Amino acid sequence: MNSEEYILQMKCISKEFPGVKALDGVSLNIKKGTVHAVIGENGAGKSTLMKILIGIYQPDQGEILYKGKAIKISNSHEAIKLGISMIHQELNPVLELSVSENIFLGREPLNRITGFVSEKELFSKTQELFETLDIKGISPKSKMKSLSIAQIQMIEIAKAVSYNSDLIIMDEPTSALTEAEVTTLFNIIVSLKAKGIAIIYISHKLDEIFKISDEITVMRDGQYIDTVKTENVTREKLISMMVGRELKDFYRKQATEKGEVALEVRNLTKEGLFKDISFKVHKGEILGIAGLVGAGRTEIVETIFGMRGSYSGEIYKDGKRIFIRNERDAIKNKIALATEDRKALGLVLCLPVRHNISMAWLKMLSKFSLVQTKKEKNICEELVKTLRIKLTNIDCSTNTLSGGNQQKVVLAKWLLTSPDVLILDEPTRGIDVGAKAEIYGIMVDLAKQGKAIIMISSEMPELIGMSDRIIVVHDGAITGELSREEATQEAIMGLASI
Amino acid sequence: MRGVLKLKVESGNTKKVQTGAKNFFSSYGIYFVLILMVGILSIISPAFFTVQNIINVLRQISINGILAIGVTLIIVTGGIDLSLGSILALAGVVATNHAHPEPYYPLALIILMGIAVGALCGLVNGSIVAYSRVSPFIVTLGMMTVARGVTFVYTDGRPIIKLTKEYQYIGQGVFLGIPLPIYILLFIGIVGFVILHKSKYGRHIYAIGGNEMAAKVSGINVARIKLFVYTFAGALCGLAGIMLASRTNAATPNAGSGYELDAIAAAVLGGTSTSGGRGTIYGTIVGVLIMGVLSNGLDILNVSSYIQQIVKGVIIVGAVWVDQMNTT
Repeated sequence: MNSEEYILQMKCISKEFPGVKALDGVSLNIKKGTVHAVIGENGAGKSTLMKILIGIYQPDQGEILYKGKAIKISNSHEAIKLGISMIHQELNPVLELSVSENIFLGREPLNRITGFVSEKELFSKTQELFETLDIKGISPKSKMKSLSIAQIQMIEIAKAVSYNSDLIIMDEPTSALTEAEVTTLFNIIVSLKAKGIAIIYISHKLDEIFKISDEITVMRDGQYIDTVKTENVTREKLISMMVGRELKDFYRKQATEKGEVALEVRNLTKEGLFKDISFKVHKGEILGIAGLVGAGRTEIVETIFGMRGSYSGEIYKDGKRIFIRNERDAIKNKIALATEDRKALGLVLCLPVRHNISMAWLKMLSKFSLVQTKKEKNICEELVKTLRIKLTNIDCSTNTLSGGNQQKVVLAKWLLTSPDVLILDEPTRGIDVGAKAEIYGIMVDLAKQGKAIIMISSEMPELIGMSDRIIVVHDGAITGELSREEATQEAIMGLASI
Repeated sequence: MRGVLKLKVESGNTKKVQTGAKNFFSSYGIYFVLILMVGILSIISPAFFTVQNIINVLRQISINGILAIGVTLIIVTGGIDLSLGSILALAGVVATNHAHPEPYYPLALIILMGIAVGALCGLVNGSIVAYSRVSPFIVTLGMMTVARGVTFVYTDGRPIIKLTKEYQYIGQGVFLGIPLPIYILLFIGIVGFVILHKSKYGRHIYAIGGNEMAAKVSGINVARIKLFVYTFAGALCGLAGIMLASRTNAATPNAGSGYELDAIAAAVLGGTSTSGGRGTIYGTIVGVLIMGVLSNGLDILNVSSYIQQIVKGVIIVGAVWVDQMNTT
C-alpha cells in the first residue's frame, strides 16, 4: 500500500504504567478523509492510545508518522498545532461565555487599533464556520450555558475545524445524544470527510460504527488485533475479535444451590431517579444488574446503601425489615457497596493502604477509641495475602498502586466488615485483564461462602459470565429478569433499550 | 462534584525517582531547619543556648502551641479556623471576670467556665461547617468578628484586672523550675497526639481531609468529626485565654488578635497541608518551635519588631515553598 494515502501511522506503540502494560506494540493507520473506528472492551487501551496521540502521555516505544513525517508530540498544544484535535467524552466549555468566545478562546481576533477583542470579526468568523459545517439553529452570540449537550458538542467540533485540524478524534461522541442529534452529528462527519478530514471514532456502539465508519481497528488487552474494512466484516466477527477468548474459561462462576433470601427490596422508589424497584438476592447467588449508563442502576444500589438519604419502599434483610438512613446503617446491617468511582468514592488515595482497608471497620479494631495497630496490621496483612494485592508494604500510599490493586483494596475494606450482601458497582472498570480474572475468582469464592453478591456492570460478557440471574434496568424501572440460560447480549440489549 | 473525572497527567518518561537523600529531606526538612536555626543562634549569641533562655522560649510558645494543636486537627480535615484569637479573648474575659477576690469562685470552676465558653464558640463554628454548605473560611471569619464584638460588649471595652493570686499562678507559676504553661502545653500536646495519631477519630480526621466523600461512604460520621475538631479547638482557645490573662494580670478585649494566623502558620510550617489529609502534631510543635526560636533569636540580636514581622513572613512562605517542591 502506498504510504502517502495515510495521514497518520502509529507503529508498534508500547506504554507501561506501574504494574500494567497498557499498550503492547499497537499500530494504527488512518487514511486521509476516512472515518476510522477504534473499538475494544473497556481497558483495551483505546484511550491510552489516544492520549499518546494528543501528547498527554509519551509512548515508551514506537513511532508516530504524521503526514509521512516522524513526529514527537509532547503536549496537547503541539497536537493542535499539528492539526490533531480531540473531542473528549467529558466536554468542558466555559459556560458563562458566548459560543464564539468559546470557539476562539485564547486566540480572539483583535481590533488592529484598540487592541481589544473585535466582537464583529469574532461573530462573523463563527458564522462562516457554521456555514461551512452546515450547523443551524445556534447563534454565535448565545451563551454556552443555554445550549444542549448535543449543541455543545457541535461547537466543540466547530472549534476543532477552526484549528484547521486534519485529524479529529471523537471519544464516545454519541453517549449523551438523542437519535435525531446523532443523525445531525453523522451529517457533519460526512461533510468533514468530504473536506478531506480524517476522523478517529471511538465508540462501544457497534450499530453506529457500521453506519459511519470506513475502517475498524480492534484492540484487546492493550494489543492490536486487526484492522478491517467495515464492509467486509460482520457484527459477530467483531465481537469475537474484541472478546477473543472462550468466555467459559474466563468466568468461573458455576451455578450454585440457591440459599435463603439475603436481601429483598420491595417497591423501592426515589423520585426522579427510579420507580418501583423490587428484587431478591439469595445467599450464594450473584445477581447482575444490567442497563445502559444513566438507567438508574448506580442510583438504586447507592440508595440501598444509604448514600442518597430517604426513599420510599421497603428493604428486608434476612426476612427482617430494615431502615437505612445513611451508610452507617447499611454497614451495621452487613451490607457493603464497592462504588463505581474508585477514586472519588472508594479510596482516600493519599493515605496508606492499611488505613484504607481498616476505614470502614475501625470500631471493631479499637479499644477505648484507640486503634489497636498490631491487630490492624495482622488483619490487613492477611487480607492483602488472600486477595493477592501487590504492594511493597501495607503502609505504602494507596495512589502508588495500579487500578486493579486499588480495586482489591476497596474489596478488602468491605470484606473486613464481613458483609452478608456485597454490592459491586462496575468492579472491573479500567483494570487489566489479569486483575479482572482475579476479581472474578474472589467473587466466586465469596458466593461459595454464602455471601449474596449484586454486581452492576456495563461489560456484557462479564455480566453474562458471572451472574446467576440478571435484572435489566431501563429508565429507572426493571424491564425484565433473565436466568443464566436466557441471558444473551441480544436479550439484555432488547430489555435495556426498549 | 461527583462524577467529574479529573485527569491526572502523568508523563512516563520524566518520572522522577525519589532519591534517598531527597526523601529524607522532604520528611525531615523542617526538623533540619529548626536545628540549623538553633545552631546558628547558639554560635552568634552566647545568651541563646542557656537553660534560662530555652525555658523562656518554651514559655513564650505555649499559647501559640496550644492554638496550633487545635487548628492542626481542623486543617487536617480540610478546614480552617480564623476565629481562634477572638474566641481566646472572649473566653479569657469571661473566665477572668470571675477571678476577682470578691466575689470568690473556685479556680476549677473558673477554668471550666473559660473552656466551656471557648468550646461553645467552637461548637457553633463546627455546627455551621458540618451542616451547611458555607465554607469554614467564611464561618470562622464571621465568628472572628462576632466573638470579638461580644468580648467588647461584655467588657465595655475595658480590661479586667484585680485577679486572685491562685488565678495568676496558672500563667506565672513555676513548678520544679519550669513554668506551668510549659506543662500545660506538654499535656495538650500529648492529648492532641493521642487523638490524631492513636485514636480512631484521628483516622477519621485524615480520611475526611483526604477524601470526604470516600470517608462518608466508608461509614464515617463526617458531621460529628467536624463538630468535634472545631469544638476541641475552641476549648483550647478557652484554656489559652485563661493562660494569657493570668500571665499578664489582665484580660483585655483585644487580646489574641492575629493569634489564629500564627497558629495556622505554625501548623503549615510543620507540614500540615491546607488542602487537608496531611499533617502531624509533632510537625506542628516543630513549626511552633521554629517561630518561637525565630522571634526569641531576633530579640536577642536586637532586631526591631518591625523587621521581625518581615522576616517571619518570608520564612513562612519560603519554608512551605521548599516543602512543596519536595513533595510534588
